[in-house]
Amino acid sequence: MTSTSAVSTLDQVMERWEPVIGLEVHGQLLTRSKMFCGCSADYIGSPPNSNTCPVCLGLPGVLPVMNRVAVEYTVRSALALNCEIPEHSKFDRKNYFYPDLPKGYQISQWDMPLSLNGHLTFTVDGEEVRCGITRVHLEEDTGTLQHAGDILQQARSSVVDLNRAGVPLMEIVGEPDLRTPAQAREYLVRLRQILVYIGVNDGNLEQGSFRCDANISLRKHGDTGLGVKVEVKNMNSFRAVHRALEFEIVRQGRLLDQGQTIAQETRGWVEAKGATISQRSKEYAHDYRYFPEPDLPPLRLSAEFVDRVRAGLPELPQQLAERLQREHGLSAYDAANLTAEREDARAFEALVAAGVPAKAAANWLMGEVARLARETHTPLQGSGLGLEGLASLVKLVEAGSINGSTAKELLEELYLAGGDPAAVVRERGLGQVSDQAELERLVDAVIAENPAAVADFQGGKEQALQRLVGGVMKATSGRADARVVTGLLRERLAR
Amino acid sequence: MTLARDQVTHVAMLARLGLSDEEVERYRQQLDAILSHVDRLQQVDTSQVGETAQVGGLVNAWREDVRSECLPVEKALANAPKRRRDHFEVGAIQE
Repeated sequence: MTSTSAVSTLDQVMERWEPVIGLEVHGQLLTRSKMFCGCSADYIGSPPNSNTCPVCLGLPGVLPVMNRVAVEYTVRSALALNCEIPEHSKFDRKNYFYPDLPKGYQISQWDMPLSLNGHLTFTVDGEEVRCGITRVHLEEDTGTLQHAGDILQQARSSVVDLNRAGVPLMEIVGEPDLRTPAQAREYLVRLRQILVYIGVNDGNLEQGSFRCDANISLRKHGDTGLGVKVEVKNMNSFRAVHRALEFEIVRQGRLLDQGQTIAQETRGWVEAKGATISQRSKEYAHDYRYFPEPDLPPLRLSAEFVDRVRAGLPELPQQLAERLQREHGLSAYDAANLTAEREDARAFEALVAAGVPAKAAANWLMGEVARLARETHTPLQGSGLGLEGLASLVKLVEAGSINGSTAKELLEELYLAGGDPAAVVRERGLGQVSDQAELERLVDAVIAENPAAVADFQGGKEQALQRLVGGVMKATSGRADARVVTGLLRERLAR
Repeated sequence: MTLARDQVTHVAMLARLGLSDEEVERYRQQLDAILSHVDRLQQVDTSQVGETAQVGGLVNAWREDVRSECLPVEKALANAPKRRRDHFEVGAIQE
């Protein structure tokens, strides 16, 4: 116990204690229908309780029938995460009474999940991290509860919408192999990226189609045992996960430094307070009394089934990034940026295939195009300009037909409106002025009109040259090739 | 076998049933009798039988990912003990 322990910072705590972090991720599968019935799985935006039927309402006498595509998507995810797929698996009932599931149990998988023993590797601060994946299993999502009244403690009733009840939900249980909040965050970023790439999940943390709970404990550096773990919930952004874990490390570290013990409990992250708060346990919530689901025959997935799913796996982000570096000479940084979203990587490859040099394609996509996509909430593929238009525009720049600033203006103008950049350039006479004689004439005129700038430059003020370049650009309405103009000016003024 | 009172209260709590002391004792005796009866199964030699959760022999009883019609909201809510507009209403849930 030290007198300063109560105010230990994160760094101080991490010097004394090693965090042990394991993440559980739930991802909704992008199927059309629910896991065990034919109701639409598209619950967002549907009127309350409009996507329900006797099966997902838990009415007596109904029979669940599993969705083949949900099984396939789970296997696809498991394979992308290097898991083994046992031939035999089954579903179980996880019993608990809570109004979000009207049956009184959730159909899940207990001792024979669809997959086991995977891993995910990634890099944080130049260090390779390998996080084991215990299992990926399949279950059903619950309904949603809303509490009446603004203040939870004063709410006298809650209302239930069962549209989400029964939506296929995949649970990815990670091993406690993560040691820092940054590693936890990167694990999540990579995991989300993979699930989105393989088309099984839309990766929306805010709406909860991709959600994460964290288990975290501290131990002395060098220890191999585990401390008492706390489960943290309610984190709906990568940043929230990062901050919640940092908060917990400091909270637990200070308690341990004071010789106190950590209570094994569930805590909720409260964004507004920047803190985790103990959640009143659903009493004995862990007494789930799992037993095999009698209404669902077991699964037997043949090697052929698994091979077929494996064959259908697209190129994963890491493989794609490595290939872009290899085939197009991109830097690791550019390759990682371009593969963050699969659509960007596709656009890059399409541009290169259309004859745009790789570096130019990467720069345009990650710079101006990314900015416009963000500002207009419209991806390139859905914009008026489209991939073809962008390719044509960038090729005009590469060929020296227009200069960079004209291209940026055209991109801005045509991004939503669409149009053929080459035709617009012809019609408006935007073509770059590259006629040597014409440029020389303009340069001479600008030199004659700006004796002060000329004197400044010749007196050693480099910036003065920019004023002269600006003069030529103005005279050509921005269409001159700035590099040629700069060269000409230097040549003339050196004489 | 003898079922303990606290096992009864635990199961009652999980089922969200509030039982009086008298009821706990009554159900303890009834459940104890039922469990003792079922307990006779323990006499069967199952050392040669694998764990069995299903005997139907079916596997992969799945359906294609096709949407079918849902219930009209009015029907879905028809048996709700309480409703508020198009929601089921339940006692306040505080996590």
